Order: sequence, then C-alpha cells, then structure tokens
Amino acid sequence: MRAFPSPLPGVFYRAPAPDKPPFKSEGDAVAAGDTLGLIEVMKIFTPVLAEEGGRLVKFLVENEDAVMAGQPLYELDR
Amino acid sequence: MKRADPAPMSISKILIANRGEIAVRIIRAARELGLATAQVFSEADRDMLAVKLADEAIEIGPAQATKSYLSAEAILRAAAAVGADAIHPGYGFLSENADFAASVEGAGLTFIGPSADAIRQMGDKARAREVAAAAGVPTVPGSQGRLTDFNHALAVGRRIGFPLMIKPLAGGGGRGIRVAEDADALGNLLPAAAAEAKAAFGDGGLYLERFIARARHVEVQILGDGKDAIHLYERECSLQRRRQKVWEEAPAAMLPADVRERLCAAAVRLARAIAYRGAGTVEYLYDDETREFFFIEMNTRIQVEHPVTEMVTGVDLVCEMIRIAAGEKLRIRQDEIPLKGHAIECRINAEDPARQFMPAPGVVTALRVPGAPGVRFDTMLYPGCVVPPFYDSLLGKLIAWDETRAAALARLDRALGELEIGGIPTTIPLHAALVRDADVAAARFHTRWLETWLAANPLAKTA
Repeated sequence: MRAFPSPLPGVFYRAPAPDKPPFKSEGDAVAAGDTLGLIEVMKIFTPVLAEEGGRLVKFLVENEDAVMAGQPLYELDR
Repeated sequence: MKRADPAPMSISKILIANRGEIAVRIIRAARELGLATAQVFSEADRDMLAVKLADEAIEIGPAQATKSYLSAEAILRAAAAVGADAIHPGYGFLSENADFAASVEGAGLTFIGPSADAIRQMGDKARAREVAAAAGVPTVPGSQGRLTDFNHALAVGRRIGFPLMIKPLAGGGGRGIRVAEDADALGNLLPAAAAEAKAAFGDGGLYLERFIARARHVEVQILGDGKDAIHLYERECSLQRRRQKVWEEAPAAMLPADVRERLCAAAVRLARAIAYRGAGTVEYLYDDETREFFFIEMNTRIQVEHPVTEMVTGVDLVCEMIRIAAGEKLRIRQDEIPLKGHAIECRINAEDPARQFMPAPGVVTALRVPGAPGVRFDTMLYPGCVVPPFYDSLLGKLIAWDETRAAALARLDRALGELEIGGIPTTIPLHAALVRDADVAAARFHTRWLETWLAANPLAKTA
C-alpha cells in the first residue's frame, strides 16, 4: 500500500461537478492515468491522474478540502 | 473637484467584503474619506496586505471562497461583529449578487453599490437587453430573450444570420459562450450549452446573438446617484485571453469623436433608465469597419480596470462610489470631466506565459516597484507575501499615463522593465512583449487578436 501526493496546491474535488457522481469510489480498481479527482488552482481545474494501477484503498482528504502540493492525497494497493 | 468638505458622512465604518488588490484600493479610499475600515479574511489570507492596512480585520471562514468570501451569512455576521454600517463588495465574489445587496440593506446597513433591483435587472442578460433597447441603446441583433426550443433558435438564426453566439442568460465574465457556424452546429451545440449553463449558473436558459468576428471591446464608465448619471468616457479592453481582459486602455484609441459621443450618451441613458446608483460600466462591442456599436451588458460594480479612467479624468471612482452610497448627490457635472492624455493598464497575474498560463501560486521573495510621474501600481504584494492557490491570479495592475498614447506606451515599457516580482512566474514577460509589438503600437487589434498573436509568438521559458 502506498500514499500518493497531490501534484498541486488548491482545492480537491472528487467529482466533476457538485451534482455528479465521484470519479472513483474507495475500493474501486483503477488503471494508471485514470482520473481520481480535480484540483482547483486559481480557478483552473486540473485532473488528478492515478500514478499507478491498483485498488483505491482510500482518499486521505475530504471532498472540497484545501490541499498543499505534496500532501498525501490517496492510497493505492497494488 | 476633489474632496474639500470634511462634512460628516452618513456612514462611519466600512466592512471590505473582498480580498487582494481591490481590498487595498478600497481601504485607501475609505481612509482618505475619514472612514474606519474592517477587512474580512479567510484562513488562507491572514497575512494579506489588506489585513495589515485596515483598522481592524475579522476572519470569516476557511480558504475555500464558497465558505468565506462567497458566504453572505459569514459576511453579514462579520459586519455585525465589528459594528460596520456599510459593506463594500469590490468586484467578483458577492458584488453582483442582488440577494446579497438586499440582505445588506435588510440588515440596516449600506450596500456600496447599486440597488438590488438594478443589479437584478442588469444581471439577467435578456432583461438587460430589453431595458437597453428601450433606452435607445443599440443591441446586437439576436433572440428577444430566452430560447424556447430548437425551432425557435433556428428561426432566430435564419433571421440574424450565421455565425452566431449561444450565450447563457445567467452567465458573466464571458463564460459558457459557444459559436455556431451554421444551423447544424446550432443543433449540436444547444444541448451541451444548456447543460453547462445549468451546472455553472443554476439556470440552463440560453439566448442567441450575431457573432461579430473582429469586434473591439469598448466600455463606458458611469457614475449615478440614483437620479442623475454621468459618464467618464470609455475604455478599450480588446486584448483578451479566453475572454479575460489582459490589457486595458483609456480612451479607446481608434474611436471617432462622433461615435464616442453617441456611445457615451447611450450609456448615460441606460444608467438613468434604471435610476443607477454608484459606479457601473456599460460594455459594448464596436465594429470599426462599420462604426457600429452594440450593447453587451452592464457591470454593476467597480471594475478591475477602473484606474485607467481615473488617470485620464482625475476622478477617484472608489471615493465617489462611497460618497454616493452615503447619500451624496453627484459632485461633478458632465462638462467638468476632462479627458486628458492616455492611460494603459497591464494585469500582472501569477501565471506562467511560457507554460500555457499555468497558475503559479507561491511566495513572493522579492519586489521592485517602478515609480516617477504617470506610473501607478495597484497591488496586493509585499516582499515575503504568500499568493494562495484558492483565488484568482491577479497580483496587481501596472498603469502608465502620458499625454499621448505613444508616450504612454514608452512609459509603460520603461515601467515594465523596472517591475520585478521574484519567486513566482508572472505575466510581466507577456506585457513586455506586447508593449513593443507593432500592431499594439498602432492599436490594430480586436477581441481575438491576442490569442492569434500568442499562437504565433510563443514566449520563451525563463525558468
């Protein structure tokens, strides 16, 4: 199991829009490059892509939390 | 024409419900008027310049704007806690939220801006068009209000011709606009446009307008006291990237005198028609081939680019809007407003122009600010300050004034060379290139010119 850092500072979102389902749920299988969430930096939205494939164990921050660059964001189990 | 009377005003303490450079600007105006200032701030903004400059400061919530600067409840609670009797909303955030303006007044406080009714009328783009047309302001040919269905859209398209723009009724800041080249494209684009408008603004309503390919963006500054209204001439803001203004000037260099007169007079008619109170801006598209101008929308707040108007007219717009909110009549007559020289503003953003304008929050390690007559730098920066990632990227505005446009460009070039912001990438290199461009020097541009120019002139990576 490994924790992956946020690539950018900003606000983390788990879904593409407030009324949309999340990109991924905890426990889901993910492939490298899958979108796990969005980071909003100065009103620009950048996707957070899975660095590796595996099972998404859990997110380490809540939806809409403020995050710092390098802060652990999610855990993957290979 | 400037303040001379130290007469007591009906307000005594202003809560500044904004952040960044505009909060600093409002504090300065309030202080010169002898008013106390209370600055709101989010968790991420504890050390911002406006907090340091205000008489007092109050934390209103976490970093996320929705929980702080966009929370009407948090702002009103702060106003009560500090005993403010007026709220200045700045631009963005709650500044054009009619319900917020109404709740401020409802709480017995003064909203430094227009009435909730004026905000509401101009905020509904279709309603604004109707009001403008009724006031004799030319509007872009388009649908008379909300589209009902595809057949309605198609009929409008056939009447006004393609290409045309699909615009959200509730939008603003150029967001959510699509261009349809023909009837097929119109059919394809409408459903997504409606869904996006619904998601972004809570209202899926759309309208259509003729698309003018080579339009210039010209806007007129207005001051009104709820009865009378005057104009402070126009600005040109044609240099835009993704429909966001990058560079603004006053006056519009290429505008013939007779067109200027008609365009400014039309803006005053609209302001009077809605009994406008405070500072506002009537935005037009101007086609310099046909010399036609068309109303786009009215912004019911102080604008980012207000300093260029201040530089050419000598009127302090932020002071005037506070005085008007305090119940004063307009202190200046139309024929007392000079239009002297030329001013240009560059928006200095925390974005990397060499990397597709990627946002660049961080710590400002060094700051060197230009000076001498005719140069102004409105900013939120100080050495060592933090630029948080949570808000827009505007760091400051560099403004240069001189007697002619050519001299203003030369002065701007000199000032850009002196301005240094260390620690984070900024858009200074973009402006340094634009100020020496031949088309810019000749004022040969339109609202899509900059994007074409950027594609042809990639800026070198500096770091």
